[in-house]
Amino acid sequence: MTSCTILELLDIDLKEHNKLQLSCIAGRSGLANKISSSKISRPGLPLSGFFEAFAGDAVQIFGHGEQSYLDMLEDNNEYTNIERLFSYNTPCCIFTHNYTPTDKFIKIAEETSTPLLKTPLVSSEFSRHIYQMLDDLFAPTETIHGVFVEVYGIGVLITGDSGVGKSETALELIERGHRLISDDTVKLRSINSSFLVGSGENPMLAHHMEIRGIGIINLANIFGVGAIRDKKQVQLIVHLEEWEAEKNYDRVGEDNMKASFLGIDIAKLEIPVKPGRNIPIIIETAARNERLKQLGYHSAKEFDQSVLKWFETESAKKMYYINEENTF
Amino acid sequence: MVSKLLTVRNRAGIHARPAAMIVKVANKFKSELYMEKEDIKINGKSIMGVITLGAGFKSEIKISCEGVDEIEMADALENLFENRFEQ
Repeated sequence: MTSCTILELLDIDLKEHNKLQLSCIAGRSGLANKISSSKISRPGLPLSGFFEAFAGDAVQIFGHGEQSYLDMLEDNNEYTNIERLFSYNTPCCIFTHNYTPTDKFIKIAEETSTPLLKTPLVSSEFSRHIYQMLDDLFAPTETIHGVFVEVYGIGVLITGDSGVGKSETALELIERGHRLISDDTVKLRSINSSFLVGSGENPMLAHHMEIRGIGIINLANIFGVGAIRDKKQVQLIVHLEEWEAEKNYDRVGEDNMKASFLGIDIAKLEIPVKPGRNIPIIIETAARNERLKQLGYHSAKEFDQSVLKWFETESAKKMYYINEENTF
Repeated sequence: MVSKLLTVRNRAGIHARPAAMIVKVANKFKSELYMEKEDIKINGKSIMGVITLGAGFKSEIKISCEGVDEIEMADALENLFENRFEQ
């Protein structure tokens, strides 16, 4: 189960160009607290004393409303609900609009080692950013064996047994101006359960490749920075396999095979490999065809339609000639 | 399927050379080899995959061999780990 500490939250924040603009104001002893779900809670109801169904294990965001209520509670010297809120071992509290809580509030937080963070952003904007960040972080992942390249803007995942020629195919594709995302191990993440994003398992090793006979090479250095990419949506799976004479391969292009990863279906092609077949060009063509399909043009279906139309006109003509013969 | 929990005993961890040795040993057998460390699972017959594990000194790796010569393969790998990759 993935989890993330508050310290990592501040750190991720730095990597993502400080989108959340968080800073810690108190409770540093709790920076190692773990966030274990992508849930977010607005603690308005608990502050007013209603603790049923309160997500105490979630990040608490104090927006403008909560802050005003907090001010009112403190004016009336009412601390029972605040103390009770902190008894839930909540991972951290975040204040938007750069609000700084009172000393008494900070003291309660320090006692329960709950970090207090603040951000200058307004609640709606901050919520959008943190939802996106936590969704990304807690997205289900799967690591698979394959090579992931971008061909004409389509994310193509090449799979197949070791030794079938995945890396060599990718190398030829890069030579032809396409981009490598990851060789050998590809980490797939399901985003909102609607699409898959693939990247290298380890950013340090991602743009290296092992070619039998040469060894390990660094693609960014050999082909330049234009030949690499960090992540990309997976849009097509190309499965390479040794040519089997008995097996029926798709000849028309209407099979619509799918591969499923993390519950998401992706279009899949099975490409037989044998000497003399230029796999990179086949993959390029497949990527172009996939783009056409996305634009609403399905080559195989259109072809079938025009064949049917042609038959219709032919048979109509025939009918006409037969009728002509009968009259004369 | 044969599974074994192996510990990395050489100080440098599994860098390029030990990874190459693992792959070389694995490729002598017909069985499939998968190696797992924490939540990463990779194909043991690929060098980049094995390095991706990032297995440092004293880290534990679960190997799973599956196929006709799985027992021999697991034993050979265990040997390799025991010998600290001949270092």
